[in-house]
Amino acid sequence: MGIIPHISVQGLNVHINGNHILKNISIDIPDKGITSFIGPSGCGKTTLLKTFNRLLDRNKNVQISGQVLVDGENIYGKHVELTTMRKKMGLLSQRPFPLPMSIYDNIAYGPRIHGTRGKKELDGLVEHYLRATYLWEEVKDRLHHSASRLSIGQQQRLCLARGLAVEPEIILGDEPTSALDPVSTQRIEELFLQLKDKYTLVLVTHILRQARRLSNNIVFLYMGEIIEFGTAEEVLLHPKERLTREYVKGYIS
Amino acid sequence: MVLSTLIIAGSLGMILWTIMSRGIRSLNWDMITKIPGGGFYIGKGGGILNAIVGSVYISIGSVLLGLAISIPAVLYINAYARRNAWLANITRLVFDVLFGIPSIVYGAFGFTVMVYFGLKTSLLAGIITVTLMIVPILARAMDEVIRLAPEELSDATYSLGATRWETSKILLRQSTAGILTAILLAFGRAIGDAATVLFTAGYTDSIPTSLHQPAATLPLAIFFQLSSPIDAVQNRAYAAALILTIIVLIVSLAGKYFGKRLSRHKI
Repeated sequence: MGIIPHISVQGLNVHINGNHILKNISIDIPDKGITSFIGPSGCGKTTLLKTFNRLLDRNKNVQISGQVLVDGENIYGKHVELTTMRKKMGLLSQRPFPLPMSIYDNIAYGPRIHGTRGKKELDGLVEHYLRATYLWEEVKDRLHHSASRLSIGQQQRLCLARGLAVEPEIILGDEPTSALDPVSTQRIEELFLQLKDKYTLVLVTHILRQARRLSNNIVFLYMGEIIEFGTAEEVLLHPKERLTREYVKGYIS
Repeated sequence: MVLSTLIIAGSLGMILWTIMSRGIRSLNWDMITKIPGGGFYIGKGGGILNAIVGSVYISIGSVLLGLAISIPAVLYINAYARRNAWLANITRLVFDVLFGIPSIVYGAFGFTVMVYFGLKTSLLAGIITVTLMIVPILARAMDEVIRLAPEELSDATYSLGATRWETSKILLRQSTAGILTAILLAFGRAIGDAATVLFTAGYTDSIPTSLHQPAATLPLAIFFQLSSPIDAVQNRAYAAALILTIIVLIVSLAGKYFGKRLSRHKI
């Protein structure tokens, strides 16, 4: 595609409990912009996403072979510093999971574990990232209240702010709006569109309209294999493969 | 079903009634502020402060020591060696087996070890033996709650670049209420058990001033006084039982109160 890849997957195979979940995946995800993984449930899109920050291999009975290069470095190599590598990637899960602490501490958590201690500096970071996710006006009077009392949409924006606070390069979203109401979904989508010029976003979604609204590039996965990869327009409007065509038209889901 | 409920509620009522009605007569200020005077065990003046202090020392000491042993073990199988299913299963099996061993066996074991090392009955020996008994209680209860913490919570901390230790701390925070319950459970067992301390902590009429001195405990104070043929001494056994019950009650209520406050951030 002529663009420098930010994440480059080469010959990736994943077995979970002996099942071949991802089959010989190779793909270059370009720098910046939004790349979406679409496909029917169980096709391996979430698994693929979780291989990018090595959360997958925390679980037992998982075998991974092949390479994932982030900024040219194989994250499955021997001398990889896991914490540094994961810090590069923010993660938004299907349901928001704030840490069991206050709103303030949720944002400050990342900077704190990476060595930022000064109160003024932390105050500044908290405000900055809460403003960046349009939460500041909603929560500025209750920063020290529990994050679990926020609405679920606010919690998801808090989780995004928390992730941004460690200054990642990549944001991984695993169906990040699937638990949200339409208004919260829209706000998250607007945020993604703003962030895509600064960050590389990789989203898993099963909502085709969302993929169309957001994506620069789309990857269609089926039964653990990449069927088609191209710009959003190519994949959604002029799919080359029969399977993609059937999925996009809604015959398979 | 109604009958079973009545039997359960009824027995609690009867227990409380028995220790209240017989104990309250002998319960006075002297009981909780004085150590046994001369002739205490034939019904003369004094109190059981020695046993109260001894019991509190042993139960607090063993809970602290027990936490220091069980928390790392539980974190190890839940956050560090997650991929090693074999190790986790073996560890959980060991906890289950240890949990099922009667306390008198711990007492006998503690005694054997003491004899081997040439130690006398002491506060320290009591604390160590009681710790052995409550470690499986603490570990099993904490393992249950930490396993319940959602997977996504660790996913979230790891993806922020947290280490396994930093993630463990979040897991502990998330499980505060459950850990407190585990502590209360262990404290109740520790303060109420007679068999473990019988050979190891011994019994004395004075308050221990160092870890190497023997220490009296409330369950043994109940036991010894109840074996007396004198009615007044027997009543004192019930008073001691009442004091023991009140201590456990206070600790449980305090635990519940702090548990609510500490887990206010729980997701």
